[in-house]
Amino acid sequence: MLRPASDNVMTGDLAVEAIDLVKDFGATRAVDGVSLAVPAGSIYGLLGPNGAGKTTILRILLGIIDPSSGTRRVLGHERPLDAAAEIGYLPEERGLYPAMTAREAIAFMGALRGLPLAEGRRRADALLTEHNLGDWAKKPIRTLSKGMAQIVQLLGTIIHKPRLIVLDEPFAGLDAINQGRLEELIRREARAGVTIIFSTHVIAHAERLCELIAIIAKGKIAFDGRVDEARARLRPIVRLGTRAKDGPWRSAIPAGARREGDEYVFELPEGGPEPLLKALIEGGAGIETLAIERPGLHDAFVAIAGDKAAAAMGEEKPQ
Amino acid sequence: MMRFLRSAFVIGRRDFSATVLSKTFIFFLLAPLFPLLMGGVFGGIGARVAQQTERPIVAVIASHAEFQRLNAAREHTADAVGDDALVRLVGYSPKHDLAGQEKRLLASRDPPIRAVLSGGLDHPQLIGTLANDPGTVEQLRLLIASARTATADRSSNLHVSEVAASPGSMDKDQVTTAWIGQVTLFLLTLMLSTMVLSQLIEEKSNKIIEVIAAAMPIDAMFVGKLFAMLTASVLALLVWLSAGALLIQLVKHGGVATLPPPAVGWPAFLVLGIIYFGLNYLLLGAAFLTIGAQASTAREVQTMSLPVTFVQVLIFAFAAKTIGAPDSASALWAAIFPLSSPMAMLARAAERSDLWLQLLAILWQALWVGVIVRYGAKLFRKTVLKSGPRLAWWRFGRAS
Repeated sequence: MLRPASDNVMTGDLAVEAIDLVKDFGATRAVDGVSLAVPAGSIYGLLGPNGAGKTTILRILLGIIDPSSGTRRVLGHERPLDAAAEIGYLPEERGLYPAMTAREAIAFMGALRGLPLAEGRRRADALLTEHNLGDWAKKPIRTLSKGMAQIVQLLGTIIHKPRLIVLDEPFAGLDAINQGRLEELIRREARAGVTIIFSTHVIAHAERLCELIAIIAKGKIAFDGRVDEARARLRPIVRLGTRAKDGPWRSAIPAGARREGDEYVFELPEGGPEPLLKALIEGGAGIETLAIERPGLHDAFVAIAGDKAAAAMGEEKPQ
Repeated sequence: MMRFLRSAFVIGRRDFSATVLSKTFIFFLLAPLFPLLMGGVFGGIGARVAQQTERPIVAVIASHAEFQRLNAAREHTADAVGDDALVRLVGYSPKHDLAGQEKRLLASRDPPIRAVLSGGLDHPQLIGTLANDPGTVEQLRLLIASARTATADRSSNLHVSEVAASPGSMDKDQVTTAWIGQVTLFLLTLMLSTMVLSQLIEEKSNKIIEVIAAAMPIDAMFVGKLFAMLTASVLALLVWLSAGALLIQLVKHGGVATLPPPAVGWPAFLVLGIIYFGLNYLLLGAAFLTIGAQASTAREVQTMSLPVTFVQVLIFAFAAKTIGAPDSASALWAAIFPLSSPMAMLARAAERSDLWLQLLAILWQALWVGVIVRYGAKLFRKTVLKSGPRLAWWRFGRAS
């Protein structure tokens, strides 16, 4: 289910803007001319297989690394670190001090972003209780399960109530229940007007959460826009089951149609469903089943980024 | 600037708490006991070995009376130069077969005889392995001459009047103070620099560095880490100084008041000691952080830190050359070279009272702390975070 566009998205107020970013690591070009415009209040997904350049783009946007060329503006600041107090960041490689308690870890992450420690502790207690981790507040991180520690780090990412949250592969390593909780948390933050950018190589998460996506392949943006627009690049798919094996109706089916079991599967022809139906009925097809499906984001991704990228995306299945 | 300081404070507070409130800090506080114990144990063994191997034993074949005269001369000389400095004498009554007796004594293992003196005080003859030991021969000549002229009262009528201190005694005491100060400074810094390095490894292996780098300038993190460890170590230093003073007060007659005063006086020397400890630590700690930043695993860090430790020992040796010669050219160079400057100047504080030079050195060292921290942070950003432009040492100040 796609969330509705917020006012900011509609009005074009940008939380993040990047123009022609390039990043070279020695002879390797990791990011190649990437331009992005992330409307304030939106959930923006960066999709791409492992090694596509998603993390590098996020690190550039956050000011952890500088681009070789190009410019970026984050929450109105050309130097992202100037907006650090208003940004929350969950890196792909999670990291917490093992000896710190869950409560102190969250408060420390808030302090890094300018939140007073006492206030951080108060908010940490509330957040941990809210996420059913209240009993673990004073336990060292090393005693928590991996999933719990990941939730603790996520809470540390939002403790200071940022205006922009950047999540790098946030669903990796979480079980189905925690993935659902994280999705709900992302939606809730977005409802509160927070801009969320997250990278993922699991299309289902992007499909459920985002209205805007950028598809990254080999350091370049292959597509940037609404999920609907990505899907709209493909024609709807028709699945047709008939009683008749042959007859004049066959001329209504495109030449590239394939068989899947007893069904023919093909793109809806240019004329739309009405001429197709008419030709099938008049041609004596004996329609048993007929479904016209909207293409999924995965199909759009295959079309945009190519089969190899899609195969790489399939390494982790959504829960 | 305020944001930089606040960020450094957040990191510093975390590291300080993590260090001081950990159980390992207790072991850290006990750390100086181990070198002292080692020194005691190995010093005792070394002294015994030295006693057994270095002091030659000379067998004296003479009548009882003559041996007593020679031995009395030895004891009298030992009062002046110390027993350990003199040859040991063992008396034997002459046998009929003197040549055979000499041969048997030279072959003796218990005690291991180096030479045999025979012929009495009038016609002394020495036989033994003494080609490389002219000192022993000269000592025996002196003892024989002294024994020949023995009188009832060997002491001259020298009247001795005691004064509290003289330049001669002060110099000796101040050299001792300089040496102790330098060794203490070196050992503590070496220990703490290694601790900073292990903290950095922890940070890198925790991956938390990414979160920190996204929230603050790397320079702030560097400064925060360095000052956290500095604060923790100054705390430890104060504990050690207090414990040392208490021990001296309890053990030594007259307590700490009897310790030989350094040239700048005890209060100034202690303040300078803490400042130089801080600067020395910051210089070496920053250098270690920079090195640690280049490595990606603990093993790499260990491999890199070994040669660096050797270099530190060399720097210490360079600084140690200034002891007893604070106005020499080598002392000047040791004071100018940033990494040896704190140790050299602490030694100088023990021997010379020119405080303005101390102030100048502190400013010089502080400048270098800034340079190394800045360059280290840039290298860190470049190597760990894979960011920033190509670094050239001659223009690092302009690199961003």
